[in-house]
Amino acid sequence: MNLFCIGLSHHTANVATREQFAGNATAESLARAAGCAEALLLTTCNRVEVYAVADKRISTDEIARCLMVETSRDQDSSAPPFYRYEDNKCVQHLFRVASGLDSMVVGESEILGQAKKAYESARTSGAVGPYLHRLFQRAFRVAKQVRTHTDIARGAVSVGSVAVELAQRIFGKLSECKVLVLGAGETSERTTRALVSRGVTDLRVSNRSMDRARELARTVGGYAVPFDDWAAQCREIDILLTSTASETTLLTSEILAPMLRERLDRPLFIIDIAVPRDVDPGVNELEGVYLYDIDSIRSVAEQSLALRRQQVAAAEGIIAGHVTEFFDSISRGLNRLSRAADHTSLGENPLRASEL
Amino acid sequence: MERYFLIASTFCFLAAVVHTVIEFRTKVFRSMRFNFFAIGLGFIFQTAFLWIRGQELGRCPITNLFEVFVFLAWSVALVYMLVGPAYRLSLMGAFTAPLVLLLQGFALILPIDTRRSVTVPANSWLEFHASMSLVAYGAFALACIAGVMYLLQERQLKTHQLHSIFHHLPPLTNLFAAITRLLWWGFALYTVGIVSGFFTGHPLPRIQVVAAIALWVLYAAILQARHLMWLAPKRVAALCIVGFSAALALLWGITFTAELHHLP
Repeated sequence: MNLFCIGLSHHTANVATREQFAGNATAESLARAAGCAEALLLTTCNRVEVYAVADKRISTDEIARCLMVETSRDQDSSAPPFYRYEDNKCVQHLFRVASGLDSMVVGESEILGQAKKAYESARTSGAVGPYLHRLFQRAFRVAKQVRTHTDIARGAVSVGSVAVELAQRIFGKLSECKVLVLGAGETSERTTRALVSRGVTDLRVSNRSMDRARELARTVGGYAVPFDDWAAQCREIDILLTSTASETTLLTSEILAPMLRERLDRPLFIIDIAVPRDVDPGVNELEGVYLYDIDSIRSVAEQSLALRRQQVAAAEGIIAGHVTEFFDSISRGLNRLSRAADHTSLGENPLRASEL
Repeated sequence: MERYFLIASTFCFLAAVVHTVIEFRTKVFRSMRFNFFAIGLGFIFQTAFLWIRGQELGRCPITNLFEVFVFLAWSVALVYMLVGPAYRLSLMGAFTAPLVLLLQGFALILPIDTRRSVTVPANSWLEFHASMSLVAYGAFALACIAGVMYLLQERQLKTHQLHSIFHHLPPLTNLFAAITRLLWWGFALYTVGIVSGFFTGHPLPRIQVVAAIALWVLYAAILQARHLMWLAPKRVAALCIVGFSAALALLWGITFTAELHHLP
């Protein structure tokens, strides 16, 4: 019996190549067409992978042929850059994928949800048998362990998530924070949504166009504040998210300092994602003010990614232990299945899946 | 015999410190539960030591600098057990264990366990005054530790240089709330300690009294400034470190002068 994985990912192929192989086949049709005993198809924006068990070796070309989208069959005659992992390498690869080690953003957790969906879909269609069932259940367990025992998923890597994480490190619970959104652009809307998703309820929106302010306020569940009054709000708010198209600086130390005296025991977190910047960098020198512009947010995201990369070795260690243990147990099962298949051909009962 | 309990206790705190150091090196912090149990076990051994020593002396075991250090370490562990998990301050154990280890390490290594016959009979007011003041010092020590954590977190946020520990330290506002509560607890206990000192019936050295009142005034000023918002949280955190350093210096002075005056 042969356990293998054949696929394309962002490491080996560009999106144009990946889309030639994504979306054509289902796990069931693939298993039938290629002659696999079990098959599972994992398709995401960054990868197209087939995990399969077969009693004979099935070539990479055969799998590629089954995956290829009809319309692209005549487009490219060059051999697609598929990789192939067999047996314990296949187990290791899946564990790495599920744990987010093979992802474009190391440690991201979306891939685990996608793998679970792919497993459920293949299980429902009957394409998954006892081996892939055990393999994927173990992969989900390994991914959880990696996330729990390392910092691979720590740290935020997008503007919205960085803003939320920093706010949480300053204020703890965000449900009691008052937020002023200055400027109603797309990025500020996304960031505001990220804050709302973490419990922010007191939202004020200010924009040069009052209509746009009202519109965003309605969308995110806040209320609009006239643009002329926004500065006075700094006495009350905890978080200022600014992203106006102003050519000049809107907030300076001279404007802010007198207001801070009335709120000395409460920090003020300012996220300035405008270019050119709305807030003078000198504001960060004021006591209790934490100013992050777009560059510092990017720098935090890069630090988080660097931290995640430092955790890869620890995660690989956890995975290596599971791979050895899992492959030993599954290879015993594979051998038994092979023997059972031989006996079946002689008219004996097949090995029940539950015995595996 | 009781010394073995103290050594066992010191090893528990050492285990917490070593565990923390390893986690700092691997940049993975999962120390909360381990440190809590290590400090808890160390606290049990400390209590056993103090109980046996107290039985031996027939009074509260704070008759020399060695015992004072151990009692102070016990107070710090006690306040941590009450406060750390209750305020959900992650990593507080990681910062508490080194301080307790340092206090007990000094007590064990330095030749300060001088057994002298205490001629003055046990005085419940004096014992209450001394023990209450030492428990107050425990609260001040924890406020100092929370202050260090606050400054560490604040510095990272201000400079935008976030290290692995950033994700594990408590939020600034939680730390500041903990600092404020610890200061109030410490101040209340210390006030009770100082007031009870006037009922001991012993003429205490004037320098001791003046220094103790000066420390009380320092903490009262910090609390007043915090209450009236004269000081930013960062400065309050820094003053907690100054205050505890002053408290330690005062403790040393008190024990030194007490030994000179042969006070229990």
